[in-house]
Amino acid sequence: MMMKWKRWALATGVLAVSAMAQAAPPSAAMLSNACAGCHGTNGGSAGPSMPSLASQSKEAIVEAMKKFKSGERPSSVMGRLAKGYSDADFAAMGEFFSKQKLHATTQVVDAAKVKKGASLQESNCGRCHLEDGREGKDDSPVMASQWLPYLQIQMEQYLSGKRKMPEKMKEKVDPLSKDDIDALLHFYASVK
Amino acid sequence: MTLDRRSFLKLVGAGAGAAGAAGLPMIGRAAELMPKGAKRVVVVGGGYGGTIAAKYIRMMDKSIEVVLIERNDHFVSCPFSNLYIGGIIKDLTPLTIKFDKLATNHGVKIVQAEVTGIDPAGKVVTTDKGTVSYDRLVLSPGIDFRLGEIKGYDAAAMEIMPHAWKAGPQTVLLRKQLEAMKDGGTMVMTVPLSPYRCPPGPYERASMVAHYLKKSKPKSKLVVLDANPDITSKGGLFKKGWKDNYEGIIDYRPAKKVTEVEPGKMTVLIEGLEDVKGDVINVIPPQRAGQIAVAAGLVGDDKNWCPVNPTTFESTKQANIHVIGDACVAGAMPKSGYSANSEAKICATNIVALMNGKETTEMSGINTCYSYITDKEAVSVAAVYKVAEGKIIAVPNSGGVSPADFSAAKMEAIYAESWLKNILTEMST
Ligand SMILES: Cc1cc2nc3c(=O)[nH]c(=O)nc-3n(C[C@H](O)[C@H](O)[C@H](O)COP(=O)(O)OP(=O)(O)OC[C@H]3O[C@@H](n4cnc5c(N)ncnc54)[C@H](O)[C@@H]3O)c2cc1C
Ligand code: HEC
Ligand code: HEC
Repeated sequence: MMMKWKRWALATGVLAVSAMAQAAPPSAAMLSNACAGCHGTNGGSAGPSMPSLASQSKEAIVEAMKKFKSGERPSSVMGRLAKGYSDADFAAMGEFFSKQKLHATTQVVDAAKVKKGASLQESNCGRCHLEDGREGKDDSPVMASQWLPYLQIQMEQYLSGKRKMPEKMKEKVDPLSKDDIDALLHFYASVK
Repeated sequence: MTLDRRSFLKLVGAGAGAAGAAGLPMIGRAAELMPKGAKRVVVVGGGYGGTIAAKYIRMMDKSIEVVLIERNDHFVSCPFSNLYIGGIIKDLTPLTIKFDKLATNHGVKIVQAEVTGIDPAGKVVTTDKGTVSYDRLVLSPGIDFRLGEIKGYDAAAMEIMPHAWKAGPQTVLLRKQLEAMKDGGTMVMTVPLSPYRCPPGPYERASMVAHYLKKSKPKSKLVVLDANPDITSKGGLFKKGWKDNYEGIIDYRPAKKVTEVEPGKMTVLIEGLEDVKGDVINVIPPQRAGQIAVAAGLVGDDKNWCPVNPTTFESTKQANIHVIGDACVAGAMPKSGYSANSEAKICATNIVALMNGKETTEMSGINTCYSYITDKEAVSVAAVYKVAEGKIIAVPNSGGVSPADFSAAKMEAIYAESWLKNILTEMST
């Protein structure tokens, strides 16, 4: 969003040294690079509990940031950070991270649980967490290769009521046993 | 372009004076290490700022050659070194990085050498191995100590009263001394006036030492002599953490400025008024920008820290030299590893723009510092930064410290560990 006079100055070549001192507003990369000290370069986390943002859906990131900012979603640090940004910043960062390659992780997962999770996921979660969790419908997060300890923390927060589960997801999660749920998370963590 | 004539002549003057007429590098110490191609950035310092600046410039523009000069063949992180001193981490390996993947993954050229001088006019740095010329120079040399301000605290004294404020052998020495201390002993720790590297660092260290004493030497005490009028960061949280966990172990004394040490007597003196004895003494001396930045004339009126342009981090003292990390004055951003990381990316972005004749981009930065209170609880301070009226400020109504009731402290200890892993991975891959 360059100011009009500046665009004019650039086009006409009037932009001399003094005008160059005026810098463009922070770009998507400028905003997003600052997050990488925690979430990893381009949002690819080295784990084990910090979530990857690389290849996360734009809508999921924007929704998460809005909910962190308002306090609707509990957080240890994201609420304080999200308050430093506008909705336009959220959209820019969401776009930036959604364009990054999926950060495939090799994690310690339980093979039996992965197998069980694989058999449960399509019918229970596949309506929203699409393509084995590689994609998300609307604001449903991508979960493929996400760090297992992170997914477990989030699920704990949902089940304890600290984080509000979407109604339609709750309908699917409620009938499942703790073991089923854990198996599903092992499955998603194993997807590359 | 290799050396221009002017700087070449300078080098001849500085070297053995036996240069061949054609200017071939036959000039002893000042031999040119690597001829420069079209566009080159030299980065000095392979720590929190330097590694990131080098990597991100290469990520953004492969046509720029990047040479990273670091005196050591590895880097040991200060963040989490307090956990080592407290015995929670058993060795420094998880805190240590190498630079080889920056070379293989990004094509950064790594030079292990001590930078001994900078010629801003000739755009050449001198090292103990030879000279390297640059188009733009990034300095992230961290800190050095203002030793003149504590009488008796010299290189020999450091081996008796370690600072452990640069991680490595000093960290190991302090841990060994603490382990060897008898139960019922006293450790004394001194904190310099702000600004210094890592505002909450001394108080995290006090927490980690107290954690160790409580567990392994319960009759012992830690005396903290703080030159500042109060705890300089996360004061409320540290005070609560100490009250809940270390009552009777930590004896915190504000406004006690140590001005002299007597290593032979294991004593520190406070402005000629009072002396305090310790069985183990950790002196954190007053600091300033790394010596190489001071020598290059980059420090401001305070003679300690380097003023910079808040968009490009270019020195306001010398053109084409950028200063990031602890050494620079970055407005409201504190001297921390996370700040150095964030500043490096801002600087890299704008160096790439400047070298390609493009418009620069305003900064947006973050800092977060986690501090451990016990082995399983940590608190943090976090902020987002932007430029307003030519200064870096914290975005109003954002950031802040962890909840006062420690309700997130266990969770933060878990995330802090991942933070370290991620930031060190950023720096080394
Ligand atoms: C006990 C302690 C705990 C800390 N905890 C945290 C924390 O939890 N979180 C946080 O964000 N920050 C923390 N910090 C602060 C953090 O360590 C610094 O802010 C950070 O290291 C600054 O980065 P830098 O690049 O400026 O300097 P450094 O990381 O120190 O890097 C400087 C590098 O330059 C090299 N160098 C210097 N001069 C030359 C020369 N002339 N030639 C060649 N090489 C040279 C040095 O060898 C060094 O490798 C802590 C600090 C301490 C002391
Ligand atoms: C200090 C470390 C830190 C920094 C810096 C940071 N994050 Fe986070 N992020 C976390 C943690 C920890 C969580 C888990 C929630 C919590 O406890 O705060 C998280 C969670 C998230 C999530 C939710 C992911 C999911 O799939 O549920 C998003 C989105 C996110 N962060 C985006 C960002 C963006 C964008 C930035 C930069 C503006 C950023 N983060 C900077 C630590 C950090
Ligand atoms: C109706 C759509 C829907 C269904 C079905 C659904 N989810 Fe979700 N899921 C979502 C949405 C939307 C979110 C993000 C909501 C929020 O803001 O908390 C989410 C978030 C999550 C998260 C947190 C991930 C993160 O990055 O923070 C986990 C874990 C999760 N779902 C697991 C499951 C599992 C397991 C199932 C199947 C039993 C399932 N979901 C079924 C829509 C769905």
